[in-house]
Amino acid sequence: MTETAAPHFKQPLLRTPFHERARALSQVDSFVAWAGYTTVDVFTTIEQEYFAIRNATTLYDLTPMVKYRVNGRDAVPYLNRLLTRDIAKLKPDRVAYCVWCNDAGHLIDDGTLFRLGETDYRICTAERQIDWLLDSAIGFEVEIAEVTEQIAALAVQGPTSCAVLKAAGLHGIEKLKPFEIGYFALGADKIMVSRTGFTGDLGYELWMEPGAAETIWDVLMTAGRSRGIRAIGSQALNIARIEAGFLLPNFDFVSAEHTIRTGRDRSPLEMGLAWLVDFNKGHFTGRRALLAERERGARRQLVGLDVAGNKPAHNALIYTDSGGKREIGSVTSATWSPTCKSNIALAIVDAPHFQIGSTVWADIYLNRELVWERRMSRARVVERPFFAPDRRRATPPAEF
Amino acid sequence: MAASAQYDCVVIGAGHNGLVCAATLAHAGRSVLVLETSAHVGGAALTREFAPGFRVSAGAHLLHLMPAALLRELKLESHGLEWAARGMPTTALLPDGPPLLVAGEHAEPGRALAPDPAAAAGQAMSAADAAALSSYTAQMRRFAAALVPMFSKVPPRLGTTDWSDRLALLRLGWQVRKLGRRDMRELLRIVGMNVYDLLEEHFDSAALKGALGLDAVLGANFGPRSPGTVLTLLYRLAAESAAGASGLSQPKGGMGAFCDALARAATAGGAVIRTGTPVAGILVEADRAVGVTLESGEHIRAQNVISNADPKTTFLKLLGPRHLDTGFVRRVDHIRTRGLAGKLHLALNRAPPFRDVSAASLRGRLLLSPSLQHIEHAYNHSKYGEFSASPVMEITVPSVNDPTLAPAGQHVLSAVVQYAPYALKEGWQSGRLRFVDTALDTLERVAPGLRNCVLGVELLTPLDIEREFHINGGHWHHADLAFDQFLMVRPVPGAAQYRTPVPGLFLCGAGCHPGGGVMGVAGRNAANEVLTQGLKSP
Repeated sequence: MTETAAPHFKQPLLRTPFHERARALSQVDSFVAWAGYTTVDVFTTIEQEYFAIRNATTLYDLTPMVKYRVNGRDAVPYLNRLLTRDIAKLKPDRVAYCVWCNDAGHLIDDGTLFRLGETDYRICTAERQIDWLLDSAIGFEVEIAEVTEQIAALAVQGPTSCAVLKAAGLHGIEKLKPFEIGYFALGADKIMVSRTGFTGDLGYELWMEPGAAETIWDVLMTAGRSRGIRAIGSQALNIARIEAGFLLPNFDFVSAEHTIRTGRDRSPLEMGLAWLVDFNKGHFTGRRALLAERERGARRQLVGLDVAGNKPAHNALIYTDSGGKREIGSVTSATWSPTCKSNIALAIVDAPHFQIGSTVWADIYLNRELVWERRMSRARVVERPFFAPDRRRATPPAEF
Repeated sequence: MAASAQYDCVVIGAGHNGLVCAATLAHAGRSVLVLETSAHVGGAALTREFAPGFRVSAGAHLLHLMPAALLRELKLESHGLEWAARGMPTTALLPDGPPLLVAGEHAEPGRALAPDPAAAAGQAMSAADAAALSSYTAQMRRFAAALVPMFSKVPPRLGTTDWSDRLALLRLGWQVRKLGRRDMRELLRIVGMNVYDLLEEHFDSAALKGALGLDAVLGANFGPRSPGTVLTLLYRLAAESAAGASGLSQPKGGMGAFCDALARAATAGGAVIRTGTPVAGILVEADRAVGVTLESGEHIRAQNVISNADPKTTFLKLLGPRHLDTGFVRRVDHIRTRGLAGKLHLALNRAPPFRDVSAASLRGRLLLSPSLQHIEHAYNHSKYGEFSASPVMEITVPSVNDPTLAPAGQHVLSAVVQYAPYALKEGWQSGRLRFVDTALDTLERVAPGLRNCVLGVELLTPLDIEREFHINGGHWHHADLAFDQFLMVRPVPGAAQYRTPVPGLFLCGAGCHPGGGVMGVAGRNAANEVLTQGLKSP
């Protein structure tokens, strides 16, 4: 892209193909850096944007998601050795949520794997991984290329999203099942659509040529006007993803390739992702370590917490007792859930306190006009996700 | 395919370590099968004809590292091992003067550097250098002695909470502490240094320093000014000390005859050796090595698979990365395996005309490395993918001690020639003849008229060594012996205790602790590990 060819030190952050549209809608000029791009944190207010996710349709620019193309004769064995899931089971035109580990069975990253063809795959991740992906390719006939800048991506999420896409001209979109991939013509542009997302709601992700980005944005905005379409930033999305119980790398866990201190790595078993680990598919990186860990039993677990009161338990330490004598973990993500009407959090908690129904205590610090107050709040370990409406899976989705 | 194991142990490769391992396992009552690609045993330790009527040890030409106890235990002498020479002297050849006797005959073990005035011929050392050599030798010997106990042991793992690992590390620390305050301080001062600076501190004579320094860089990707070369020198001395044998030795019939004796020791214990039987891969079932597949397609099942092949060949080719974790494969891929030592063999119509070299010296080891500066210059070329303009050499004339190697009255010259980089920029196709020419020119300076005696020439470049002996990179140690590829990180963490990440698969080659040279200790240690950790037949 031309941005990288320009003297980049003058413009340290790249602009996504949707940038001009986003800038025009930004009312509070709140942008943040994400994977080398400047992206919107908040367009108007977090609340307004959040409620659009749960009640209407939202557009979220996820172009900065790092994308790799994996292609070649050994693509399946390669991916099966890299990822903890059994990739052989993933059919063409399907998407799978995956994680991968280092030798010690500690999480490097999570992401989505798209099967685009017989031996053609795409991995979308939060972090750049090219060195790990290439080192994993030693001994495999497979080509790996970063294609982040070649693909513009837009998440269209919310209960009316299917209706919006239909109105925009995506005929047959209602037949697309969760985690399925379809190809649609939109005017002169051909786009790939996957029924995936980070909101835990009905929603889709649109993958297109960067040159088509603005046209498609405009078409969707027009088609969605009567259904409450709204562009959203990362803040509102973060509330939705916590409600959906999704993990955010660097918040809920730190990549094992980046941790410095011992004991800061997290395994998929600790993060409640054991369902993603297939010990019977043959060898994969981290398998022997994870088997040993399973044998030992979990020392800590990621849990969902329902915290008393209405103050989010940001960065709270977790204790066994209201006196705060025995520390057993800490909160990684917290929010007031407007939909659940409860004060929810994701936390890492030591054994045996991670059992569903356990009571723990979170110390919450409140800044009350520059005076800090500490409040010990009772919290209950509850099932995740906190919010999982049936509409996220319904095919076809309800008409609006 | 029958699911039951046909053998307790299958050993891939009949190099000397593979044979030592097989013999040890067989004598411990295990059923052992050794599979060798070549038509003969020995790997790179073999004797072969390179010109009509002329035979030579194709790889190493001197035996000085294999422990005497191991030779005794395997009863090699009763299996046909005979010595053509023992306690061979070391002499430094100099282009512009008479040679310098560096170490006399019958040097004590670990004392190969001690001068023997009685056998002195050629140039005499200055009194100051002679005195310095005596104190230097004594000190290096003490340091080496602190390292000796490591050789016969499985290296400890780092970062575990296992008491045996902690104890082994403590023991190593204690060995160093036991040296006393002055020696310990000196050892810790010099251990990371380069050999150039160390020898400069001790000696005046450029010739003496050149000769003493060569041992630090023989077979290594180093020049004398490379950091860590004091360690490689100490390590060599320690290995010699640990061997406890009588100095530099030459087996009758060359290294091949030595390996034939090893093979007989193994078969006497019940081991079966199949030569001309290349292994295509290691069989893995349920995350366990359960045998091998031959290139012929035959499957052979075994409780334990032990690889004498180098780590890269073992893990990346025979086993395959898909049975291993990415981080481990990355480490294996990064092992430095590129050889820099060539082997030059000359068929001569008479004894080589080395200037002023005594008959006694000709029976021994001749070093052509006139100064440290000279070695460093020779090394510089290799850094840029070129061979040395004036290579350094370790030379023997094995036919002097063993007339069976050449037709009557004629001789064989065998030289380790450095530096001949594996990845020569111009390619070895065209580089070969030019390098031979350069080596002959270099020899001509200490042996005027040598060219006229030459009946036949063979040069083995690291690339040839890789192809002929199936050693990735053609490195005689399988992997550089250096700080970061040493002891508990040799060849890589996760495989440094002869065990590998795949249960049932073991390593026994020079790529493991304590490394290459014809030592056999890796093979012995690996066998012991298989005996304690491996599966037994039900």
